[in-house]
Amino acid sequence: MIIAEQKPLDEIKSMIADYQKVLILGCGTCVTICFAGGEKEVGILASALRMATRLDGQDKEFIEATVQRQCEYEFNEEVADLVKEADVVLSLACGIGVQTMNEQFPEKLTLPGLNTKFLGQPTEQGVWDERCLACGDCVLYKTGGICPIARCSKSLLNGPCGGSQNGKCEINPEVDCAWQLIYDRLKALGKLDLMMEVKSPKDWSASHAGGPGKIVREDLRL
Amino acid sequence: MKSDSNLEKVLSAGHFAVTAELGPPKNADPEVVRKKARMLKGCADAFNVTDGQTAVVRMASWAACLIQKEEGLDPIVQMTCRDRNRIALQMDVLGAAALGINNILCLSGDHMSFGNHPESKGVYDIDSIQLVKMVKDMRDEKKFQCGEEMKVEPRLFIGAAANPFADPFDYRPYRLAKKVAAGADFIQTQIVFNVPKFREYMKRVCDLGLHEKVYILAGVAPIKSSGAARYMASQVPGMDVPQEFVDRMVAAIKGIPSPKSIADPEKKKEVRRRRREAWQAEGIKICAEIIQQVREIPGVAGVHIMAIEWEEAVHEIVSQAGLLPRPTV
Ligand code: SF4
Ligand code: SF4
Repeated sequence: MIIAEQKPLDEIKSMIADYQKVLILGCGTCVTICFAGGEKEVGILASALRMATRLDGQDKEFIEATVQRQCEYEFNEEVADLVKEADVVLSLACGIGVQTMNEQFPEKLTLPGLNTKFLGQPTEQGVWDERCLACGDCVLYKTGGICPIARCSKSLLNGPCGGSQNGKCEINPEVDCAWQLIYDRLKALGKLDLMMEVKSPKDWSASHAGGPGKIVREDLRL
Repeated sequence: MKSDSNLEKVLSAGHFAVTAELGPPKNADPEVVRKKARMLKGCADAFNVTDGQTAVVRMASWAACLIQKEEGLDPIVQMTCRDRNRIALQMDVLGAAALGINNILCLSGDHMSFGNHPESKGVYDIDSIQLVKMVKDMRDEKKFQCGEEMKVEPRLFIGAAANPFADPFDYRPYRLAKKVAAGADFIQTQIVFNVPKFREYMKRVCDLGLHEKVYILAGVAPIKSSGAARYMASQVPGMDVPQEFVDRMVAAIKGIPSPKSIADPEKKKEVRRRRREAWQAEGIKICAEIIQQVREIPGVAGVHIMAIEWEEAVHEIVSQAGLLPRPTV
């Protein structure tokens, strides 16, 4: 899922400085699960902003709402009236939700309340780790199901580099070396031969390097 | 011959080769390179210029290579995948060859987080093994990575790095095999302090027959002080410094009073100088000893001396190791 975290309160305050009535709009999908922008976080942020802006002597009104999935028009329709009423929307969805809102309600500005961080997974209570870079040409079948693109700091296809030490990456002893993980997994699977072939350069044009991604499925179009 | 490289000639004539590192300056002063080149001339068969080592901005490797070439040295241009995509890499390969640079060392490159611009975006379009293959195809097939053909190929002697002390240890000889399969002509290893571990690594390398397909140069470096020894032993990832050497560096200054205990500034200076000299002498001695030990290990075709920001030491090291004069081939 998409992992995000809230922007610093001061940054949010300066973003909404020129507006009086702010709709704080959460999203019920990924950012709810990673505790960044669900109904609960909308409530907490609204209280914090009410308090902070009052202390600053500003008279602002905060409306709270959460839709099930902010990246789809059909769910956002439910809050169309609230959007109309507000001076600005402060979205607690990922960057995709923010852009969907801006497209869907062009007469109103929707601001990002979160920093969208990565595609990842909760690995422990309160810990999220990056797992995929959406490279457009998945190589997990060659690497024992562990992604070298997102999880190796240098996205190596022929790792591990000379900085791999005690299972950790050269950039930080807190970071696992993806290629040590791949080696261990392939060894356990009896597939170490996959580590012996020289893997060719990747076709990055399948990823964002080839321009903004787009998929058109003629079979599904109306 | 694959190139006009002096290093290639020395190695193929069967000599025990010596390469040394020449660190480029953190400014635009060509004199720094010239001075180091004059100092190093005759001490080794070819001279590496690092490419933004530890991700710190320094003079471009190819430019410093050109300056040392003007001084009559045989340069090895280092090229990392950190800062260039395959387009830029191939352009630099053509440019380096056009300038008369005969050797290249292909590296992934230290991550940006180590350096002085940690906010930069890394490239890592291809990795070091793919770079070796790409340069080999340019040279031997006259083909760019995309498959297009070229008229005049870059005639480079192709090198790659290996770290026998990185993990997983069991895999390291096989990763070297990949570099050889990709087309490496020579290998320069990470600095060897732990000779027994390196010997074990080389045994496995020879069991795979790799020493017959590639020239392996063992990396060595002089230790500057006991503090540096401790730092390398504990702080530098991928470096394995046995306690023995830390102890010897400590013992080297035995009998010299600590500068902290001296008030007189002149005497303090004098004591500092004595300590420095004692350390440097021991550091150079250890380095020469390691060279003699690795020279005995089957499959080792030469040494690569990395006297980082201490190029003055190289002459004494090769001299003590009995590697002077360098052969003319
Ligand atoms: S290989 Fe590509 S698509 Fe597959 S997990 Fe990694 S980044 Fe994602
Ligand atoms: S240490 Fe491992 S994860 Fe880190 S850059 Fe090297 S191969 Fe990749």
